[in-house]
Amino acid sequence: MANMTGAQALVRSLEDEGVDILFGLPGGQILPVFDVLYDSSIRTILVRHEQGAIHAAEGYARATGKVGTCVVTSGPGATNIVTGMADAYMDSTPLVVITGQVATNMIGTDAFQEADITGITLPVAKHSFLLKDARNLPEVVAEAFQIARTGRPGPVLIDMPVDVSRQEMNYEGLGEVRLPGYKPTLKGHKRQIQAAARAILAARKPVIYAGGGVISSGASKELAQLARENHLFVTHSLMGKGCFSEADRLSLGMLGMHGTRYANYSICEADLLIAIGARFSDRITGKLSEFAPHATIIHIDIDPAEIGKNVNVAIPIVGDCRLVLKELNEILANLRGNKSNPRTAWTAQVEEWKRKFPMGYELEGKLKPQYVVERIYYLTKGKATICTEVGQNQMWAAQYYKATRPRQFITSGGLGTMGFGFPAAIGAKLGRPKDVVFDIAGDGSIQMTIQELATAVIEKVPVKVAILNNGYLGMVRQWQQLFYRKRYSSTSLERGVSPDFVMIAEAYGAKGIRVTETAQVDAAIKEALAYDGPVFLDFHVEPEENVYPMVAPGEPLSEMIGDICYPVEQVHPELAEEPFL
Amino acid sequence: MKHTLSVLVENKPGVLARVAELFSRRGFNIDSLAVGPTERPGFSRITIVVDVAEHSLEQVRKQLHKLINVVEINDLVPERSVERELMMVKVSVNESSRGELIQITDIFRGKIVDVGRNACIVEITGPAQKLEAFEEMVRKFGIKELVRTGKVALQRS
Ligand SMILES: Cc1ncc(C[n+]2csc(CCOP(=O)(O)OP(=O)(O)O)c2C)c(N)n1
Ligand SMILES: [Mg+2]
Repeated sequence: MANMTGAQALVRSLEDEGVDILFGLPGGQILPVFDVLYDSSIRTILVRHEQGAIHAAEGYARATGKVGTCVVTSGPGATNIVTGMADAYMDSTPLVVITGQVATNMIGTDAFQEADITGITLPVAKHSFLLKDARNLPEVVAEAFQIARTGRPGPVLIDMPVDVSRQEMNYEGLGEVRLPGYKPTLKGHKRQIQAAARAILAARKPVIYAGGGVISSGASKELAQLARENHLFVTHSLMGKGCFSEADRLSLGMLGMHGTRYANYSICEADLLIAIGARFSDRITGKLSEFAPHATIIHIDIDPAEIGKNVNVAIPIVGDCRLVLKELNEILANLRGNKSNPRTAWTAQVEEWKRKFPMGYELEGKLKPQYVVERIYYLTKGKATICTEVGQNQMWAAQYYKATRPRQFITSGGLGTMGFGFPAAIGAKLGRPKDVVFDIAGDGSIQMTIQELATAVIEKVPVKVAILNNGYLGMVRQWQQLFYRKRYSSTSLERGVSPDFVMIAEAYGAKGIRVTETAQVDAAIKEALAYDGPVFLDFHVEPEENVYPMVAPGEPLSEMIGDICYPVEQVHPELAEEPFL
Repeated sequence: MKHTLSVLVENKPGVLARVAELFSRRGFNIDSLAVGPTERPGFSRITIVVDVAEHSLEQVRKQLHKLINVVEINDLVPERSVERELMMVKVSVNESSRGELIQITDIFRGKIVDVGRNACIVEITGPAQKLEAFEEMVRKFGIKELVRTGKVALQRS
């Protein structure tokens, strides 16, 4: 007995999955679904480009921990989400993406707006379904959400032919999940965890290297306990930023190519490296053969394929980070008894590196991008949710906006997708409406998804975009300066010629503020914060500022370049702020 | 080093494409691949011969396991499994050489499955070395066409 159409069942099943918001843009083959969305309790956010829809869904997912959802049409609508699929796959972001498809009897005929989207996305989807019969919909939707959110999360695609949307069927709630080949290992191997505990207690120079997996699995509390109770310093990857408070004395900040010197030096000297929910990417390790040369490595990750992929691991533990850390903490407490090992010599060494090689930059000269990020940090009291674009802006955001909670820092880590940050900020703000949400942007990246200004204005999503406008594809220019004899091939964006970001913002009905002097920065940020709507802050920063410190590609972490500068408040005590943390 | 993986998969659309794509993307070379139904309805078995170093084999297995439709993977060690492959060869023959071809085929426990005026089709099963030995023996007659299924294998009990 039929009680609804495939499209109605799809929307009902999304409601049953708890979807409250989705991002999309309609077209012919997905019309039946949008027709049903018209009356649904789900809020549909109409974007101006499908790439915006999927990045917004990613931002929503990353900010809330829930599955992000978007719905687009077949053909070009579907191919426009490919970058977002790849992005979500690399950064393990849970998404369910629904694409329209031509009718089942037309598939394979090169019909109008037909694209083999399940084929195109094979390498970048955690899984995909081509739904050929609406009667399978209740199971397919349940399985798609289950796959997206569990294990190592990732994007799942459901391709829905238009005749399946129209097919009459019976929907009685979500179907049963039957995935005989899908059983993520959650609980770590007891003996391995015991071995890890013993190694931690025996280590003289241990360091924790934490990644995005700590955030995905909600293991921040357990990580903090591990670090504090055992006096372990913690460094994080870009994706791990926020998993352990950077305000903590034990935090070493980020490691790797643009990490802190003290994090990288600690890795070079460590005798034990405890990697948690991280994947040893090339931006982290530098020259692989010289990475952590003295360290025994413990690697905790839910994805067995990550273990041993890039580095040899002495103590592998496959499991959910939170569950493994919980057990590890218990075992450590028992083994430790009431002995405490503050590892005085190692602690003194690391603290000396922190003192000698702090993060800093020269304030002298033109408006400095790092200063802008620092002022955003202070004026939002370190509490904003920060999205970023890609390039220098992203690295300065990571270096100078200290994150204190998980899901606070949302960036395209694995794929490095320019244009990610702005739509992601829209998604994050919709997911956490009480947060102040900033996109720290570059003048290049922002132009890749700038059309979402219309979405932000019309849907009333008051995100603040701080464009660190250096007139260049800055990170590429920096590499040209350092490695290509300063030949700035195709990297100048001709600041002052085009575009005028303030006028663009205003044309879309948002607020635009231009800042060219250091003295104007605070007032502009405050004005943006006070304004109830989307704002573009166009900061004309020093054009040829570089991101330092830096490990050149292929070099070991010990080889960091860049002058040693001291924090602004040390050099200019008159600028020191009251601490707010 | 060659390894034979026996991969039990859910018989879902696109599952072969997923497996093939994974091998090409991760840069693993497939030597041969055979796929067919199993004793369990809804499940197929893919037998893959892959040429990789020990370290990469571990990655192949782990990456395969990540495919949602992959249920089970067995690394079949030659000493503990039975391996077979089927080959058909269309061999040029004339009245005078046909007898010799039949003799050789008998020795290899093969079968002549088609006889024409100028050619015969011979079917041979066995491990790869046997098929290759047969091929060597009949080369002098002239091989018009040759096809092999790729290896299938089962673990001994
Ligand atoms: C879609 C995409 N295309 C190209 C690149 C290569 N790329 C990395 S950083 C960068 C420059 C980004 O320029 P901008 O947004 O102005 O940031 P800046 O580095 O100047 O802060 C480019 C082109 C990329 N990461 N993503
Ligand atoms: Mg720029």
